Amino acid sequence: MKVEAKILIGLGAFFGSMFAVYWYFSNEDAGGVMMFGGMLLGFLPGGYYYWWSRRMKPRPEDNPYATQAQGAGVVGSFPGTSIWPFTLGAGCFFMVLALVFGIWLVIPAIALVFWALVGGTAEGRRGGKV
Amino acid sequence: MTDVLPRPVEHVEHGHEELHEEHQGRTGILNWLTSTDHKVIGMSYTVTSVIMLIIGGAFAEIIRAQLSTPNGSLVSLAQYNELFTMHGSVMIYLFAGPFAFGALANIIVPLQIGAPDMAFPRLNALSYWLYLFGSLTLLSGFFTAGGAASFGWVAYAPLSNSLNTPGSGADLWIGGLLLTGFSAIFTGVNLCATIFYLRAPGMTMFRMPIFTWNMLVTAILILLAFPVLTAGLIMLYCDRHFGTHIFSVAGGGVPVLWQHIFWFWGHPEVYILALPFFGMVTEIIAVFSRKPVFGYKGMIFATLGIAALSLGVWAHHMYTTGVVLLPFFAIMSLLIAVPTGIKMFNWIGTMWRGEIWFSTAMLMAVGFLITFLIGGLTGIFLASPPLDFFTHDTYFVVAHFHSIVMALVMGAFGGLYYWGPKITGYMLNETIGKIQFWFLFIGTQVFTIPGYILGLDGMPRRVALYPHDPQWQTLNQISTLGAILIGISTIAFVVNIAMSWKKHPAGDNPWDAHTLEWFTTSPPPHHNYYRLPQIRSERPTWDYNHPEHKTAAHGHHEEHHDQEVPVS
Repeated sequence: MKVEAKILIGLGAFFGSMFAVYWYFSNEDAGGVMMFGGMLLGFLPGGYYYWWSRRMKPRPEDNPYATQAQGAGVVGSFPGTSIWPFTLGAGCFFMVLALVFGIWLVIPAIALVFWALVGGTAEGRRGGKV
Repeated sequence: MTDVLPRPVEHVEHGHEELHEEHQGRTGILNWLTSTDHKVIGMSYTVTSVIMLIIGGAFAEIIRAQLSTPNGSLVSLAQYNELFTMHGSVMIYLFAGPFAFGALANIIVPLQIGAPDMAFPRLNALSYWLYLFGSLTLLSGFFTAGGAASFGWVAYAPLSNSLNTPGSGADLWIGGLLLTGFSAIFTGVNLCATIFYLRAPGMTMFRMPIFTWNMLVTAILILLAFPVLTAGLIMLYCDRHFGTHIFSVAGGGVPVLWQHIFWFWGHPEVYILALPFFGMVTEIIAVFSRKPVFGYKGMIFATLGIAALSLGVWAHHMYTTGVVLLPFFAIMSLLIAVPTGIKMFNWIGTMWRGEIWFSTAMLMAVGFLITFLIGGLTGIFLASPPLDFFTHDTYFVVAHFHSIVMALVMGAFGGLYYWGPKITGYMLNETIGKIQFWFLFIGTQVFTIPGYILGLDGMPRRVALYPHDPQWQTLNQISTLGAILIGISTIAFVVNIAMSWKKHPAGDNPWDAHTLEWFTTSPPPHHNYYRLPQIRSERPTWDYNHPEHKTAAHGHHEEHHDQEVPVS
């Protein structure tokens, strides 16, 4: 976990120094704000990973001499097939079309999105079909 | 039921096959609609993005046909504006990006790190659907009364406001990009989480294949850049419809702010497009030179260096606005040549004294190096403000970035020829592949090099008509010939797929390749691995297949003459 943290913190530090130089020499705000945001996007997750990396045992994937047996156990739970991403995507599609062709399209859009959220949540609780 | 997956255990043949039998059930359209398997989603991405390449390519052929005579009348001026806008938009937003991080990365990254799937499979499926619906939204502009968006793929304010570009084509363009933008952000999140959390035991960060490393850096760049574009698009929509004045002088807004926002996304986007193909080419060159990657860590730090610098170079697209800090952006842009140069050096170092096998994938990779070098060096010219003032918005710029993107297209086809057998289980025809390569490579140079000369002569970009000048006409006709050759190469690829459809089974490891994905079957089973080898270097499959020539832990080589090993 330490390497992951250091990469993000390193990028954040570089963006921070770039922000300082740019901010000082330019009379332009937008770029400075965006670079500051870039710095935060490095520091926030990087700092969080670093904080955790000091409090956890190295995982098998962080250990160069780990055997496959050391990683035995559950990897995680993966959903099977699911129709809800398609439904949610279709809802977003109608939402965007509503921006162009008329506000009435928001009705099917919200219906689809809501249906997908309910269906996806229920599926996540009971475990979807594999 | 949800799959609660046990880790694949080493050396247990067919350990969990009974678990996987039930996944064979859904086929056809139902499988396409409901699958959360990263390989199925990746395949959907591949097919969709290659179709987008063909659509965008067809637009390009029409544009080049129009330009083959000074006052061509193939399309009207308004149609020409739509065509070059949609050519750029389709190629950048709908082909190059999604092909890189949606198609090949989606399939290959979990395989390369020994993961059973992406970290968030349903989010991954949502990414695909947003991408597909976004593509349809963008392209549907052609079917509206006012035609598709016509303000160039960069949509500069104030040209993109509701007075100068009325009509729903422009709004569909904005909407389509909102959808594909979210699709890209979700894919970025998914790739980061997968690479950070789902690696196999022993697969430390500094043992990941270069392709996976590049995809990690790409994903971080996506997370930095794409939200800025999405925010900008919402501002643009508000300016067009809700009466805000963010980008209009009339209400106290700042038009150049759009350029800042757009290019703050746009330049990292260039590296979001390029880094995945750098990764593919690295893998291909190492495998077909029968050597480990030369300068493995140098490659990684060069990639990180490019990513870090890419956030500080956006305004080199805006030198001629006169309101940007020229020295800062010139220095930053020129600095990018250093990590890119390290990469070039390492690619050549990997080939150096290797046992090179000129398969189609390797030819595509070498073609990538040459074409990318031409595009990269002309990019260094453009990073210098005095030269950019002279060549801005001329065909020199067009030729420069077409050298770059055509190099990426070669990398893309190299990736398809290299990983195609792993993904589908069948080999592609090498002879047609080589014919395709030569048409593509020669066509690219014939297409771009006249553009450099035209640009230095002062021919502006985005024009449908140009003055009657015999030299300009000849150069444009040569360029059109190049575009036709590229078109033939794409037809050769389609023919190749049709001819080699399910003909020659590939076997697990047809190239005697190095990385983990070649350890499993072709195509890989549901959840990818029944067993995993011990991972002790960045080349686990090679170590397993060639125990006498192992790469030692941490990438130091026990055998000093690894490259001289005869290949059985």
